[in-house]
Amino acid sequence: MLLDVSKIEASYGASQALFGVDLAVAEGEAVALMGRNGMGKTTTIRAICNLNPPRAGSVRLAGTDLKGKPSHRVAKLGIGLVPEGRRCFPNLTVHENLEAAARPGSWTLERVNALFPRLAERHAQMARSLSGGEQQMLAIGRALMTNPRLLILDEATEGLAPVIRQDIWAAIRKLKAEGLSILVVDKTLSELLPVADRCVILENGKSVWQGTSAELTADVQDRYLGV
Amino acid sequence: MTFALALEQLLNGLQLGVMLFLMAAGLTLIFGVMGLINLAHGSLYMVGAFACAAVAAATGSFWLGLVASLACAAAAGAIIELLVIRRLYDREHLDQVLATFALILIFSEGTRWVFGSFPLYLDIPPLLQGAVALPGGAQYPVYRLAIIAAGALVALGLYVLIGKTRLGMRIRAGESDREMIGALGVDIRTLYTVVFALGAALAGLAGAMVGALQSVQVGMGEPVLILAFVVIVIGGIGSIKGALLGALLVGVVDTMGRLLLPQLLTLFFPPSQAGMIGAAAASMLIYVMMALILAVKPRGLFPAAHA
Ligand SMILES: Nc1ncnc2c1ncn2[C@@H]1O[C@H](COP(=O)(O)OP(=O)(O)O)[C@@H](O)[C@H]1O
Ligand SMILES: [Mg+2]
Repeated sequence: MLLDVSKIEASYGASQALFGVDLAVAEGEAVALMGRNGMGKTTTIRAICNLNPPRAGSVRLAGTDLKGKPSHRVAKLGIGLVPEGRRCFPNLTVHENLEAAARPGSWTLERVNALFPRLAERHAQMARSLSGGEQQMLAIGRALMTNPRLLILDEATEGLAPVIRQDIWAAIRKLKAEGLSILVVDKTLSELLPVADRCVILENGKSVWQGTSAELTADVQDRYLGV
Repeated sequence: MTFALALEQLLNGLQLGVMLFLMAAGLTLIFGVMGLINLAHGSLYMVGAFACAAVAAATGSFWLGLVASLACAAAAGAIIELLVIRRLYDREHLDQVLATFALILIFSEGTRWVFGSFPLYLDIPPLLQGAVALPGGAQYPVYRLAIIAAGALVALGLYVLIGKTRLGMRIRAGESDREMIGALGVDIRTLYTVVFALGAALAGLAGAMVGALQSVQVGMGEPVLILAFVVIVIGGIGSIKGALLGALLVGVVDTMGRLLLPQLLTLFFPPSQAGMIGAAAASMLIYVMMALILAVKPRGLFPAAHA
């Protein structure tokens, strides 16, 4: 397994948010992390990256225990994060946002620009002046510039117009086809499921269901994901 | 007043401005990037001056002294960052002020302990001795022109470093979202140590260069520190461009004020009183200017864009 998360628990101060999450991502696999709002998807991702280090359980990346490693070490070991809310650096240009994250590897400015031509067109523009969709492209490009082994996208297309969403999903499919491992959170099941090999569902801070996309029947969806 | 005198004083003002810029650049970078108020920045200026004077006295070379001032101030900066400063980033400004004030006392007593209470003197290197003729006929010291040139070089270097290099991009990225730049694999703690050492080295350079114009003594950094704070408040905290403009403004206004105000006041007072009142008024001039600028632009001339 590339990523192996086992029984992690995490808290915000005194209030516990995760009560035992298990999930795994194999090399080259795309896994969807699902669950209704507030069930712990973002917290799980932050725990994996040691932004909110888990207080119990273990996270392993390609066999390396991430326990106690600062988040920059986790990133260097191969996790590229596209965070909820995108969090581009507003005071840097598009080009600088990408350059600031760069680490040696096959992903370069040229490749990111080829993946997202809109970023190339706006390379000298300040990130704060980009549309939401462009910011998401930038956040993905920025994560790719770190040359990750695993790409994690939290809310991959949240708040974006349908046309832009299609562009983002097309890019994600392309990345998957190239063999990149992906862990992705998104609310639009019809777009998420065709990309995902497997799904993990969280409820109240616990992983309560795992299976292939085909196994995620309407019943399961009603039970765990319906509103 | 002659044109020659005015030009000379203008150059003196520029030279003071350059010096203040070297101090203010580090101060504003450290405040802008790490949110830290560092009162000990003047101590690093003093470290640079003492290192230069001591090494120049031992080796006979001002240039080795200059290298030593950069190295010692950067090292002193890195050490206090690792030991003390990095514990202060997440604390309130009052804690930062108290702790860095304690550092001033430690640096001052430590320096007195090593070098004694007598000032050291530093000679201008032979290469930069002498004067050049200014248009208008006055003679102006080469060394002071060299300080202005050094300041211009540092300003250019900082512009390239912060604006064009990957390190600079990461520093600016950390300014707006520290957690995110860490999550992308940048070791923000090390980055902060580097920024702090860089600011310290610039303060040390300023101290060393001024050391050849004034005596090198304990406590020499604090008056400059106060002016440097005026500079970064005027320029906009966190902005290197603001620090440059603010420093030149403060340097020139202060120097020209001391020249012009007493003369201006002879229109209203007898000469002896005009001199005294003028001098007193001139020493307040930059604070008045600061108040006026803040009245119009409360966050300084170039407020940092993200704040
Ligand atoms: N910064 C925070 N402080 C305290 N509680 C939080 C914080 N962020 C999230 N939580 C709580 O943790 C739980 C999981 O939230 P989150 O991981 O953001 O869910 P999701 O991403 O699945 O919508 C929720 O109950 C939420 O209220
Ligand atoms: Mg979330």
